[in-house]
Amino acid sequence: MSLVARHLEAEGIATVIVGSAQDIVESAGVPRFVFVDYPLGNPLGRPGDLAEQRHSVEAALDLVASAAGPRMTRRLDFDWGSDEWRDIYMHVGDDNREQLAELGRQRRDKQSARKNEVGV
Amino acid sequence: MSDRPQTHRRTVSYIDKSREFYGAHGYGKPYQWASYDEVPFVKWADKGVDLSEATVGVVTTSFPTVFTAPKELYAQASAPVPDAMFTKDLSWDKDATHTNDVGTFLPLAALHALADDGVIGKVADRFYGVPTEYSQRRTHADAEQIVAWAKDDGVDVMVLVPL
Repeated sequence: MSLVARHLEAEGIATVIVGSAQDIVESAGVPRFVFVDYPLGNPLGRPGDLAEQRHSVEAALDLVASAAGPRMTRRLDFDWGSDEWRDIYMHVGDDNREQLAELGRQRRDKQSARKNEVGV
Repeated sequence: MSDRPQTHRRTVSYIDKSREFYGAHGYGKPYQWASYDEVPFVKWADKGVDLSEATVGVVTTSFPTVFTAPKELYAQASAPVPDAMFTKDLSWDKDATHTNDVGTFLPLAALHALADDGVIGKVADRFYGVPTEYSQRRTHADAEQIVAWAKDDGVDVMVLVPL
């Protein structure tokens, strides 16, 4: 998505990304970014919260009009209400390390079986 | 005002998380996220367009509920706003939330409301969707097609919302 923003901007179309993966967007290097610190999936606001969803879009448009230079990030003061998701998402620990390794092995076995089928 | 302790109020690093997560699956070579030093920039004031007259487009990583695999870039009418989108195969936090409310990731309804209120000129007639599982080379080609569609549709501002 960051690459798409860069192409559009290079062709004279002003862009703004609204998202929740701050490090990925900022490391790519984009003109404008509105950061919503929510679990991945609801970058514009919580389900059912139309006021929040409108607010994030308005903030994005404000940033388009006001940014003086590229790599401009505006962080919105939204609060999910809990922080557990930060540790649970893509969790790796002693409790699941062996299970994840096994899942990886199964996936690779499946992929190589598929390749062999295609080879036949 | 919340009285719960702010012990975890820190930004998640998805680069670190995905590196550790896929590393634990036994994938040795971590994904190389795109990174550029130079960033193109259009100063809005130089465009000579007021937001209240601007045409605003949308790019999403979600897909219509009916599509033909493999996923291809698409453009679809921005009205009526779809009441559901396909997101199941994308990487998002399926434990913490859901995507049944498309307004949480697709800003079309919010933009139509802003157009009705005169904050923007109009919503572009079409919105655009990009697959995310491609190589960066394929993404460059997709980006060029979106630029062409955006020009056809007179887009002044593009709001891009990855899930």
